[in-house]
Amino acid sequence: MTTLMDTVDQPSLGARVKQRISSDERVMRVCMGIIALFLLVAVVLPLYSMMAKSMEDRDGAFVGLANFAEYFSTPSLFFSGINSLAISLLVTFIVIVTAFIYAYALTRTCMPFKWFFRLIAIVPLLTPSLLSGVSLVYWFGNQGIAKDMLFGETIYGPIGIIIGSTYWVFPHALMIVITALSITDARLYEAAAALRTSAIRTFFKVTLPGCKYGLISAGFVVFILVFTDFGVPKVIGGNFNMLATDIYKQVIGQQNFQMGAVVSVVLLVPAVIAFTVDRLVQRKQVALLSARAVPLEPKPDRRRDMMMFCFCSFVALLIILMIGMAQYAALIKFWPYNLEFTLANYNFDVANGGGWDAYHNSIKMASFTAFFGTIIVFFGAYLLEKGRGFAIGRGVFHGIAMLPLAVPGMVLGLSYIFFFNNPDNPFNFIYGTMTILVVSTIAHFYTVSHLTAVTALKQMDDEFESVAASLKTPFYKTFFKVTVPVCLPASLDIMIYLFLNAMTTVSAVVFIYSSDTQLASVAVLNMDDQGELPFAAAMAMMIAYTCATARLLHLLITRKLLRRTQAWRHR
Amino acid sequence: MNEPAESKKPYLKIRALTKNFGEFVALKDISLDIFESEFVCFLGPSGCGKTTLLRAIAGLDIQTAGSIEQEGRDISGLPPSERDFGIVFQSYALFPNLTVTRNVAFGLENRRMSRDKVSSRVTELLSLVGLPDQGDKYPAQLSGGQQQRVALARALATSPGLLLLDEPLSALDAKVRAHLRLEIKDLQRRLAVTTIMVTHDQEEALTMADRIVVMDHGVIEQVGTPRDIYNRPSSAFAAEFIGTMNFLEATVSASGEVSLGDHRFRCDTSDFEVGSKITLSIRPEDIVVDEGEGNQQNTVMADVRYIEFLGSFCRLGLDSAVFADSDVRADLSIHMMRDRDIDAGTRISVCFPENLIRIFALR
Amino acid sequence: MTRKNIIPQSVSTLFGAALLTFGMASYAATELTVYTAIEADDLKRYAEEFNKVNPDIEVKWVRDSTGIVTAKLLAEKENPQADIVWGLAATSLMLLKSEGMTEGYTPVGADKLDKKFVDSDSPMHWTGMDAWVAAICVNTIEAEKNNLPMPTSWKDLLKPEYKGHIVMPNPNSSGTGFLDVSSWLQLFGEDEGWKFMDGLHENIAWYTHSGSKPCRQAGAGEAPIGVSFAYRGAKVKAKGAPVEIIIPSEGAGWDMEATAIIKGTKNLDAAKKLADFAVSKQANTMYNTVYAVVAYPGVAQPVEFYPENIGDKMINNDFEFSANNRDRILKEWQRRYDSKSEPKS
Repeated sequence: MTTLMDTVDQPSLGARVKQRISSDERVMRVCMGIIALFLLVAVVLPLYSMMAKSMEDRDGAFVGLANFAEYFSTPSLFFSGINSLAISLLVTFIVIVTAFIYAYALTRTCMPFKWFFRLIAIVPLLTPSLLSGVSLVYWFGNQGIAKDMLFGETIYGPIGIIIGSTYWVFPHALMIVITALSITDARLYEAAAALRTSAIRTFFKVTLPGCKYGLISAGFVVFILVFTDFGVPKVIGGNFNMLATDIYKQVIGQQNFQMGAVVSVVLLVPAVIAFTVDRLVQRKQVALLSARAVPLEPKPDRRRDMMMFCFCSFVALLIILMIGMAQYAALIKFWPYNLEFTLANYNFDVANGGGWDAYHNSIKMASFTAFFGTIIVFFGAYLLEKGRGFAIGRGVFHGIAMLPLAVPGMVLGLSYIFFFNNPDNPFNFIYGTMTILVVSTIAHFYTVSHLTAVTALKQMDDEFESVAASLKTPFYKTFFKVTVPVCLPASLDIMIYLFLNAMTTVSAVVFIYSSDTQLASVAVLNMDDQGELPFAAAMAMMIAYTCATARLLHLLITRKLLRRTQAWRHR
Repeated sequence: MNEPAESKKPYLKIRALTKNFGEFVALKDISLDIFESEFVCFLGPSGCGKTTLLRAIAGLDIQTAGSIEQEGRDISGLPPSERDFGIVFQSYALFPNLTVTRNVAFGLENRRMSRDKVSSRVTELLSLVGLPDQGDKYPAQLSGGQQQRVALARALATSPGLLLLDEPLSALDAKVRAHLRLEIKDLQRRLAVTTIMVTHDQEEALTMADRIVVMDHGVIEQVGTPRDIYNRPSSAFAAEFIGTMNFLEATVSASGEVSLGDHRFRCDTSDFEVGSKITLSIRPEDIVVDEGEGNQQNTVMADVRYIEFLGSFCRLGLDSAVFADSDVRADLSIHMMRDRDIDAGTRISVCFPENLIRIFALR
Repeated sequence: MTRKNIIPQSVSTLFGAALLTFGMASYAATELTVYTAIEADDLKRYAEEFNKVNPDIEVKWVRDSTGIVTAKLLAEKENPQADIVWGLAATSLMLLKSEGMTEGYTPVGADKLDKKFVDSDSPMHWTGMDAWVAAICVNTIEAEKNNLPMPTSWKDLLKPEYKGHIVMPNPNSSGTGFLDVSSWLQLFGEDEGWKFMDGLHENIAWYTHSGSKPCRQAGAGEAPIGVSFAYRGAKVKAKGAPVEIIIPSEGAGWDMEATAIIKGTKNLDAAKKLADFAVSKQANTMYNTVYAVVAYPGVAQPVEFYPENIGDKMINNDFEFSANNRDRILKEWQRRYDSKSEPKS
């Protein structure tokens, strides 16, 4: 080396340099701490109390795994587990196959009326999962108009659960598969064509491997959703026991909280395993899409397009029949003896379940959840993605943010009773209020919102923050001037996601609503429980219309905002 | 400016800088001085640590050990916002939702400057980078070259004492790159701002830098002016990375003489003992084609295996028993080619001039 | 589990202040939180009647189905939210009493009630309101369609022609279901009782989670026969459903709706006033508009759509037996019948 070093006095090696934390950084860490605390209180600690509960006897004394031993020695409970597993696997298979063909038709063919099929596939997202159960009773129940199609089999049981579950999880799977199929490089297909590869071979060697991870991911999502869902089996399950309904039976029917906690833990295990495996698989996925990828433009193929059109029409028809029947039933005076039309079933105030107040509460709850949830989720994701240093803290934060996806709503709801209704808990005051519903709903749907925000933030140049620091601009200025406007579409997506889910969810809130805060979705459940099926159908349809309106508003607002504030996106 | 006086106080003083990523050592005991108004290039292959060093100077990725002083102030542990620098990234990192004007004004807006002052400063900067009329456009409406100029204007807006350029030209087309290279260098000279640029492109480094810092595997291989490094590379790595170099395995057979098999070449062997295995190196353009039969000193008879036409000159691939398996190339001017009527398969006599051969320890 | 250590007080206050911006209900001094399982459409009337006597006390209803209200009360044991329970199954209240959650108070005028309807302890921990009698709802149209004769007794239900036409509540999730099971065990004795249920199980189409659902489903024709309770049957019939309500000849199990003050209430005086009102003649007359059998002797008038002389068919229900053997009975039931997919042992 040259002359430069000669005069240098060598500082002692190995003395670690400690970065001085800037005031910006300090503020960010405090903010992250607050959001981490929120997640701690909203997710981790309640789950902990639930785990603790599962190891207590009725008097609260610690009994180790005795409750679990009892659980596994009760054959009917054990069979519930087997049932849950079998149903979930079967539904996963059916939904993935259907969703794949449907998504393939939407992304890779020149089928007509694609916009319509896209629209109709979203419909199940706008309704509570219970709606399919209610509708199925009218179709295939003992007084159902299509009862004979079951050839004497009863709809109350596995058949009903499978059809009902398939209906409501379909759009969840479809969205993931569409994304997976959209990400492809046309050049791969050109290469395959140039090599004279047959269409079938191309399908198996190019198409399927290309969306392999998407399919796996969709599979896990569907599995977890069905495995932990409680609405459909509750309404249409008959005597067919599943884990999710067992929790309800243990807690509501027998007031056996300890056993409820035990089943919750049992329910948690496969969900967490499925979730973990999915994460590991996703990690292996390498970016298929290089910057130079050419988007695939499907070419018309009459025969294939027609076949796909027929298939999609069939699926769409099923969805329409499902929701259509619910609407029809809601307008009928007294099924099946008096088929006159009436609006009496919308007079919710004479039915159990909280009346119109419940509906208004739902809208209030969903709005709060969407508003506060989006702020918390987005800001949390921002701090996680764009903050610097503090690696362990951020890793832990990310881990906690991923946790809710693996926690079934019922488990979360139950654990809220244990945690928040403890008089020693400083947060005890939110028990029985709207706040606890909002907190639980945000927590319940945290992960997907978080991932949406993270994805949007990842698409932003990592160097924005470095540039801003070099220009000595405090982080919040960059956040409000750049990050928020650029991520506005993603934020609106999170908002509508939270709103729709808050409107339709039952599982977590069923344990923690109070008389002041009855909810429409819970009302549907209770109305069905009481056998007030027409009211249940009417209320479910009110939810559906509200969600559809919200979705439409979201679309309009997004469009308008994009045009006005996102002019920079256009060249 | 090219040869900093030893007495001059360094603007940036880096001492014993080490950076570990877990087990991986990204920077190993780096010490370096950079002087006021200097344009320094960190040059090396990807993974050599040049960007890590830049980010340590900026405070974006703090070093594991070692110190950095800027203008006599110890900034070793300071966060980026408390250091004095402007930075330009390969990705431009322009705020996509802000106009060009607001991008440039970004750093000025929270400095309690009046609106008029900000606006006149932005106008000044935009004309400085040659974009006087583009203020109202959004980044996406500009070409890559224009975007990078905006990024430059933004970095310079707050008049930082140090300008850091992280591969600023890598994302651009060859033509734009060559053009912008000159402009940046010119701007830097006019503003006399101390500048560090990271690049893996030797041409960029050679044309723009006052001094080049050649890096490999986390250590500095050589520091010097472009001419220095090209003509007197201190290691085989530096020799190969900058410009093109022929390498031949040889042994020091006597003082001032090395042998390749039976063939002997005269050259300077002062750093090596007789009998040591070495690498003989010579640049393709230093190889001379002569009239002889290969029996003069430092001359070899070789067959032309192929000819690469490169416009202003031709590159010849040469085969000879002396070279064994080594790939030896010689650059010949078009004139020479025409005069000597050289074609693939032609047998020619080539000479390695004694003063242009350099030898390194065997790699 | 002391959480105070985990969460620093200061942060929690900050967090709490943020949360306070929406949600919390404000408390007036004379506001009484009343937990109940009374049907939604009766609530308003009950509160109005009460306010005629006590205009200064505002009733804040917390209504849900019996199971949920009971679960809620138990879950809130450490920190009760309710001041008083008005209209919940007496068996649930006995459970609360055994958990030490009820306040001992003998309401003024409770001595006038039928002894069957009040707690035998002194002071009383609960007082009954009205009886809630098991019954069979039969859909006449569907019965005709399927050629089903009208059952008149429990044992009739064992006939093979009813196979797959009967629904009943699952005792593990419904109070009515448990009431049925417990009454059969009392009526027929343990061995006979289980044998009866073995036979009945063969004919059951499905078990429901709620006690009123079988009758509603019978009303809607989902199932021709629903084992439910008379009150629900009357309500369904009033709606125009083609159902016949049958009180089985062997006698019917029953439970009652009852009132109990929750221990630790901050509004004890107001709660006592409500407890007093709940046993009054006026209140019992009010109960009688929908319930045929009430606690106050001599008040009851026949109620439309109810089967006649329902009071005579009520078995001499041993609530002690039910409460003490509940866990055992439920476990046994679960072992025998829960999950039809599994072979019976």
